Amino acid sequence: MGEHNIRNFSINFGPQHPAAHGVLRLVLELDGEIVERVDPHIGLLHRGTEKLIEFKTYVQANPYFDRLDYVAPMNQEHAYCMAVEKLLGISVPRRAQLIRVLYSEIGRLLSHLLNVTTQAMDVGALTPPLWGFEEREKLMIFYERASGSRMHANYFRPGGVVMDLPPELIDDIEAFCDPFLKVLDDLDELVMGNRIFKQRNVDIGVVSLDDAWKWGFSGVMVRGSGAAWDLRKAQPYECYEEMEFDIPVGRNGDNYDRQVIRMLEMRESVKIMRQCLDKLRAPDGQGPVSTLDGKVAPPSRKDMKRSMEALIHHFKLYTEGFHVPAGEVYAAVEAPKGEFGVYLVADGTNKPYRCKIRAPGFAHLQAMDFMCRGHMLADVAGILGSLDIVFGEVDR
Amino acid sequence: MESGDILLAVAIMLGKSLLMLVALLIFIAYALLADRKIWAAVQLRRGPNVVGPWGLLQSFADLLKFVLKEPVIPAPANKGMFLLAPLVMCTLALAAWAVIPLNAGWAIADINVGILYIFAISSLGVYGVIMGGWASNSKYPFLGALRSAAQMVSYEVSIGFVIVTVLMCAGTLNLSRIVEAQNSSLGILGWYWLPLFPMFVVFFISAMAETNRPPFDLPEAESELVAGYMVEYSSTPYLLFMLGEYVAIMTMCALGTILFLGGWLSPIPFAPFTWVPGVIWFVLKASFLFFLIAMVKAMVPRYRYDQLMRLGWKVFLPLSLAMVVIVAGVLMLTGTAPGMH
Repeated sequence: MGEHNIRNFSINFGPQHPAAHGVLRLVLELDGEIVERVDPHIGLLHRGTEKLIEFKTYVQANPYFDRLDYVAPMNQEHAYCMAVEKLLGISVPRRAQLIRVLYSEIGRLLSHLLNVTTQAMDVGALTPPLWGFEEREKLMIFYERASGSRMHANYFRPGGVVMDLPPELIDDIEAFCDPFLKVLDDLDELVMGNRIFKQRNVDIGVVSLDDAWKWGFSGVMVRGSGAAWDLRKAQPYECYEEMEFDIPVGRNGDNYDRQVIRMLEMRESVKIMRQCLDKLRAPDGQGPVSTLDGKVAPPSRKDMKRSMEALIHHFKLYTEGFHVPAGEVYAAVEAPKGEFGVYLVADGTNKPYRCKIRAPGFAHLQAMDFMCRGHMLADVAGILGSLDIVFGEVDR
Repeated sequence: MESGDILLAVAIMLGKSLLMLVALLIFIAYALLADRKIWAAVQLRRGPNVVGPWGLLQSFADLLKFVLKEPVIPAPANKGMFLLAPLVMCTLALAAWAVIPLNAGWAIADINVGILYIFAISSLGVYGVIMGGWASNSKYPFLGALRSAAQMVSYEVSIGFVIVTVLMCAGTLNLSRIVEAQNSSLGILGWYWLPLFPMFVVFFISAMAETNRPPFDLPEAESELVAGYMVEYSSTPYLLFMLGEYVAIMTMCALGTILFLGGWLSPIPFAPFTWVPGVIWFVLKASFLFFLIAMVKAMVPRYRYDQLMRLGWKVFLPLSLAMVVIVAGVLMLTGTAPGMH
């Protein structure tokens, strides 16, 4: 007998694979069903966002952030707006801060709902995502009623938010909270408590805390491994300081812990939303929703009709945009998927000189190889799901 | 004339088979629709509701769609094998129905080893899957075929032992007589599901594994293998695979009905319930089992390959083996084994 040439079985997982969460192409090397090597090939959704932003005024760049992690659009806008505000040295009125926090938490619900339920789909249960979509639909309507758009809201602007919330919307969001907690109870029971779901997720994709830091993880990926690291607490921005909420922390760093954390975080988000709503109704929560600096935020229509200065401000803002003093700044928010940061370099003109986006998914995806090694083919989809990857932000 | 008699017998047999086939296929068309509707209801959707009133003609529209589409045969595939595989699967699945008694004396072939025949035929079904997956000469189908070979063989073993326990109680391999053995004044309480309840559960779960239904749909796992062994199939060959799969599921429902739910017998053994034709009871019971299988599909995640194997070999096999011993022991000790006196 001659020497046998044994070669591993390599398959392309994606880019058209139903469980690839978008347009990811994983080249898998398999030994039977055991995964030997995972090689993520990214860039299929690359749109050159960072470069495009260099050719847009600061306000025009804002909508690009909706299109990064399109599952929770406003959280990205938030990071960008904070970066611009830091460069400009302006402060955001309180009401605007409350609205921003409220909608950031709605974004967190949007993202976690999708992730937890599609995790069930990744391990084979096709039903839970549809339950999740039912709730997401309601949340997207809240997006729409605030901004006019279900997904690509463009609602947060440097200096505040673009419009005030109608009072009925505040009531409706309040009315949403209680039934939503019941839905979470159901999901806890039906998805998280399911035996097969547990068998498929416990002890799969384990990341030690050490590894988590080394690979640049953030958000749930770190908290799942046991660190209580949350930018909302660690370096509070907006009015997170005055909010009361807990940070759920995992113990084992496996898929299951991460999903449990996401479930618990949704409950914490509802807590924060409730506090925001109360504060929005309180007397000190009233007032403008955008900075009154006419050089940054457009004047009201009413002022435009009467004041020459307001008219000039409006004209300048919508033709030239505002100039940002030279400097560089990094601003980050705790997006649902982890630390979403924007590094802006301004050169004193009306356009950013450079805008580097730090997407959490990008850092998480590179860990696919070490997380999947030695697991089975079926676990690849589960691990990928628990990383909570969205290709809008990974490929940018 | 003797040749005339044979000719007549053959003609009658053909007529019976045709009738059975048509009835079965129409029933399957609606079982498919019911499957989708149940699934939709669990998912808070409406399911197919456009073709015909309440979507009642959906399955026929699908049939038309599949038949009229162009079958795509991938270039590296082995053409003959590739086309033969769905035929094998579908034909074998349909063949099993030859011995199934829908009512007293209604089996097309009332053979004395009916249960062995079904067992043999349904075991052969795996060849369709393996052939299809291998002949596609493509990676995902190949993995699907490998998985299904291992899976179907593993669960065949436990189903075999389940059947053995029933056979010991009934004392016959003839399906009609197995049903008759369950006929008692106790009605529904006298059927084998009650004394052999653990076996009924094992049978139900193994039947799902045997027919690649969730949570054991590994050979066609969408989130792993896209569609498993069926990835390369389209139009009529795909339709035959799907049909074969659903016929196999109905076969398992029918088998469960016969072995554990008293076949065509009325659950309440006195008039007016005994006036209802047996075939209606049979269909109701089989539909009930199908409903359970459909609900399972709507709710559960999928097992991983190694977990499936563990469940089959380390849980079900010892359990069913132990039950064989226990049932045999009880029958001997109480002297209730058939044919002892």
